Amino acid sequence: MKQINDVSIALVEEKARQIRRDIIQMLSQAGSGHTGGSLSAADIVSCLYFWEMKLDPARPDWEERDRFVLSKGHAAPVLYAALAEKGYFPRKDIFGLRKLGSPLQGHPDMRKIPGVEASTGSLGQGVSWAVGMAQSARIDQKAFRVYTLLGDGELQEGMVWEALMAAAHYGLDNLVAIVDHNGLQIDGRICDVLSPEPIADKFRAFGWETLVVDGHAVPDLMRALNTARDTKGKPTAIVAKTVKGKGCSFMENRAEWHGKAPTAEEAAKALAELE
Amino acid sequence: MEKQATRDAYGQALIELGQRYNDVVVLDADLSQSTKTAGFARAFPERFINAGIAEQNMIGMSAGLAACGKIVFASSFAVFATGRAFEQVRNSLAYANLNVKVCATHAGITVGEDGGSHQSVEDIALMRAVPNMTVVVPADGPSTRQAVFALYHREGPAYLRMGRPSVPVLYEAEQEFTIGKGIELRQGKDATLIACGIMVSKCLEAAEKLAQKGIEVSVLDMHTIKPIDEELIERKARETGAILTVEEHTILGGLGSAVCETVAARYPVPVLRMGIEDRFGQSGKPEELLQHYGLSSEDIIKKVYRLLQKR
Repeated sequence: MKQINDVSIALVEEKARQIRRDIIQMLSQAGSGHTGGSLSAADIVSCLYFWEMKLDPARPDWEERDRFVLSKGHAAPVLYAALAEKGYFPRKDIFGLRKLGSPLQGHPDMRKIPGVEASTGSLGQGVSWAVGMAQSARIDQKAFRVYTLLGDGELQEGMVWEALMAAAHYGLDNLVAIVDHNGLQIDGRICDVLSPEPIADKFRAFGWETLVVDGHAVPDLMRALNTARDTKGKPTAIVAKTVKGKGCSFMENRAEWHGKAPTAEEAAKALAELE
Repeated sequence: MEKQATRDAYGQALIELGQRYNDVVVLDADLSQSTKTAGFARAFPERFINAGIAEQNMIGMSAGLAACGKIVFASSFAVFATGRAFEQVRNSLAYANLNVKVCATHAGITVGEDGGSHQSVEDIALMRAVPNMTVVVPADGPSTRQAVFALYHREGPAYLRMGRPSVPVLYEAEQEFTIGKGIELRQGKDATLIACGIMVSKCLEAAEKLAQKGIEVSVLDMHTIKPIDEELIERKARETGAILTVEEHTILGGLGSAVCETVAARYPVPVLRMGIEDRFGQSGKPEELLQHYGLSSEDIIKKVYRLLQKR
């Protein structure tokens, strides 16, 4: 059981604020990209990188490290911001996002950036990678844990359910899947486009230990991750209820911010809210 | 003549590989009895994962295993491994340049009675078009074994194409096998037959019969479709001035196309392509189907006569 205290909570919250600021700045400079779903995941990703995971930025290839797979790869900015904040590469590199020759591709490329564990972006595939990584740990009797973050719209991909079935069948208790449940996708509300609800019931029916939490409440996320670590014999799903565009009032809960970058003016307004 | 199915040789090679190397992991999608990965599963149960009838997740899991340092052999029928899971192969394996070998059996029309839905005629074209992919189509059992070992040692993703039926054994067990280097099985000055997979032995049969009529053709086993042996193709184009390609695959995008691309760029000579002529397969016995689709040794002989008129 990892300690949850005011210091650790304050650190994760502060890192999440920094990550959100970096997301706004890099996307504004890039001129395109996925703002809403990067912001909705910031608290989750901060919690993983600054509290939960066993990592050593100086040794990105360390075999015993925990793995994080961003299955919703379009939220690359949240990952890049966390990696830079953690010290995998200099913060100034985030401004190369989406530019020719930059390692910071529109979707994460493991061959170009230290700390990126999987090349993702085609939805549904990252969760399968995570299942394979968890199986690799088991084959080698290694203690590392694997975390993957999915979008709720991503659950529409059939392949996700193949992976969920496999993880439960093989009893992969070293695997945690977190759903960034912000309720929106490019074309609108997930419930209007193609409803994946009831999400938690589906995970339970697929044999996963399933927790539903507020994805912006850091202590709740921490408690869920603790529960996941204590769960034996099956993988854990954390359905994290989030707000798309969280932290920038004019972006919150608006589907049009799925695949749009803020203008300089909008960025200034957003940054003022994230002071 | 001794015969062996390439998939049987694959299954045996995997066990050998598993004994020798600890980092080998094998995945299958509920076809382990047919693809012959079942032997490995019995020998190394802790390194075998049955993905169930879920090829997309099989390829995705392979990526995760490879990202953790495993060398993964993932098997299914060709139509599912390259078709159902195409985009997983593309994005999870090839784009990330991972050490996963997609080893598919039951390729081509010689699947037989199961019919066209299960007869992959386009898999070479699909796999060849993907950056980073190596594509190997061995002609017999011994060269399949060699290919498995060669692919284990070759960094990056690869596609190994195998068939269902037993095919003549052409090579000694320790025949040298280098990925990207075609093998000249027969030398003749009048034309060059370039084949892969089961069509190599058909070409050798045809060459024998042609020799009796005074026509001497070269026969190449072009087991690696990508990267293709451009030097050998150019040399044979220069030496013989005419080429016939023969494959158990659509004539669009496979071996024939790869040879034409090379010939056009390096030393243009007449090329005729034999294969499945932009059609799907159907049920039947393998030999009947080869006859029906014009891929018998007699068909090859007829095509060589046509080719010689073009010289």
